[in-house]
Amino acid sequence: MKLALVTDLHANREAVEAVLAHAEAQGAEQHAFLGDFVGYGADPGWVVDCVREHVSRGAFAVKGNHDAAAVMGPQPTMVSDAREVVAWTHEQLKPDQLDFLASLPLTVIDDTRLFVHANAFAPPEWAYIHARSDAVQSMQATACRITFCGHVHEPRLYHLATTGKVGEFAPVPDVVIPLSPQRQWLVIPGSTGQPRDNNPAACYAMFDTQSAELTFHRIPYDHDTAAAKVRAAGLPERLAQRLQDGG
Amino acid sequence: MAAESGNTDAGVPFEVAAPATHPLRPLQAGQVIDGFRLERHLHQGGMAQLWQVVAEDGSIDLPLIMKVPRILGGEDPASIVGFEVEQMIMPSLSGVHVPRFIAKGDFTRQPYIVMERIAGDSLRARLDAAPLPIAEVVSIGTRVATALHDLHRQHLVHLDVKPSNIMFRPLVDGAGGDAVLVDFGLSRHDHLPDLLDEEFELPMGTAPYMSPEQVQFVRNDPRSDLFALGVMLYHLTTGERPFGSPDSVRGLRERLYRDPVPPRTLRIDCPPWLQEIILQALEPLPDKRQQTGAQLAFELQNPDQVPLTERATRRSRSGTMKVIGRWFSAMGAEPTARVDATNQLARSPILLVAVDVANAERELLDTLRLTVERLLQTEPGARLACLAVMKINRIGMDELMERDGSSKHVNLLVQLKHWARPLVQSLKLPTDAQAGRVTFHVLEAPDTATAIIDYARKNQIDHIVMGARSSGVLRRYLGSVSTQVVSQADCSVTVVRAAAPQR
Repeated sequence: MKLALVTDLHANREAVEAVLAHAEAQGAEQHAFLGDFVGYGADPGWVVDCVREHVSRGAFAVKGNHDAAAVMGPQPTMVSDAREVVAWTHEQLKPDQLDFLASLPLTVIDDTRLFVHANAFAPPEWAYIHARSDAVQSMQATACRITFCGHVHEPRLYHLATTGKVGEFAPVPDVVIPLSPQRQWLVIPGSTGQPRDNNPAACYAMFDTQSAELTFHRIPYDHDTAAAKVRAAGLPERLAQRLQDGG
Repeated sequence: MAAESGNTDAGVPFEVAAPATHPLRPLQAGQVIDGFRLERHLHQGGMAQLWQVVAEDGSIDLPLIMKVPRILGGEDPASIVGFEVEQMIMPSLSGVHVPRFIAKGDFTRQPYIVMERIAGDSLRARLDAAPLPIAEVVSIGTRVATALHDLHRQHLVHLDVKPSNIMFRPLVDGAGGDAVLVDFGLSRHDHLPDLLDEEFELPMGTAPYMSPEQVQFVRNDPRSDLFALGVMLYHLTTGERPFGSPDSVRGLRERLYRDPVPPRTLRIDCPPWLQEIILQALEPLPDKRQQTGAQLAFELQNPDQVPLTERATRRSRSGTMKVIGRWFSAMGAEPTARVDATNQLARSPILLVAVDVANAERELLDTLRLTVERLLQTEPGARLACLAVMKINRIGMDELMERDGSSKHVNLLVQLKHWARPLVQSLKLPTDAQAGRVTFHVLEAPDTATAIIDYARKNQIDHIVMGARSSGVLRRYLGSVSTQVVSQADCSVTVVRAAAPQR
């Protein structure tokens, strides 16, 4: 079964539409949304409805820090851009949309796969996986063979052998990577709604649960329109700019 | 939705079906694994055993082998990780220079790879007969360099090139005979994770063939494979190994500063150009070697175009002072900037310019030269082969014609070099490093387009530049050579036209 992994959507309708259309054309039969559906972008309501609609049809979804913040208000650790957007986002969302975000679990396990927003060692604390050591800590904290997570916006693939040796890989788009059952894997598909590796194209990944083959994708979308909406909503200019330059 | 809230079970160790806990029963002839019937045990190696197998449903019309890793109670990470690497990489490879991948089975049940069986022995069998005739060394070297270039084009560095990992497809009516690389257990694919990164504390490879940068843990430079090929060519030419077969890291490091005994010292009939090619491939710094397999194959196929440097005439190894100097530099040396197969090939293309030097109009010849000059300026690692085709009749020529032909041949070569002169000057050739960057070839063939296409294929040309026939009348009667080349060549083709006056 082909499973589309979509994370850090960040209220970017144009990016989400492009990614879901690509996934459908690739034959996606199942979706996993790895959190941060809102924050930064101009279409929080539309994106929450989209995820909720997929969940009603059997998709997996977990809560991200921006989703938690939209419900409960900004956290002290958030950067100022994020804090400003959190308040705005909260106003945009209807009660049922906030209820949906509040009801999301922090982790979901399906067979040997773990879905979580930030990491497996302390999901509610939102620590980032920036380095091999963080990835090892996360993989050692779960019995699942493959962890799919977001939070970090750059696509990455980590692997941990039974001998304790860890590897890190910056994926190349559209290349099929067989994930050997001999080791644990940690997959960061990269952000759909706010890519940050100097490439504005939206990220997502596809995993074939039968063949254990993983493919990272980059999907160009109309980021100028998404950025224009951010500006029109009166959100910080920097958030519009980074959609256009991927920075 | 199958959901669990809250924390996952922290601290639960990851479990795999480790071979140690599921000892595998010995395989037996007649046994069927995932639809493949084991027919005959072919080989027991240090890392794996090979079985001849057939697909039970008869769906695969190819001789097949099944490779099964040897599991030493689970305590041998080298063979297990190597097999895991091979299982990951093989499905992504294609073409005549690798065995076709058919199927794989993972470690949770029975680990195996089923692939096309390449008939015959590996090159290992010929090694004992070394020194081999020079023509055979050149033929083997050309075919292996061509195969390596094809793998490098597929983003793969083999990293364990040696005679026992090289097979040849059968030669039928003078065609075929392509080299096939096997065993990708140490290989590195640019587009796939490196499962061997960090895995071992010692350099990985086979001691006699390992490049200096492999000794320094660099695993992504395709020129490492050219060094290994250099070791093989040296051995096949002289009957001796250039760096022996060291069994310590210290012994391995010697190749960073100690150059081998020149082949001509060991074998007097080794031509200087072959010594030049071999010693260049064995340069400790990758930047000083041939830059791609295609360039190495090109030199082996065009000996008269190999620029001879001091290497060609060297009669002994470097003196003590020089070696000590190199030893000091090697001691603190870190491998230079990393390149990978994809980038290394992209910056070292071979361009072919086909020049109808005897017939084309002046304007077109000038435009053609200008186009080539621009291409060479943007790519300092590029090489240029200048080609003219001399049309001959399909039937044999008499002696008189032949004499005439030979002078025509020389005349064409002179004209071709004259055409390229401004180009060579603008590139400020030849310095030592630049010599050989531009080469000249006159082919005798009945059909110009076919000759260009074949030449480009044989020499793994990346880009053909040629002129379009300007006269409409000629084109109508003779057909367009460039049209045929554009439609049939394996590589990019640029067709140049002189600016025509507006009508």
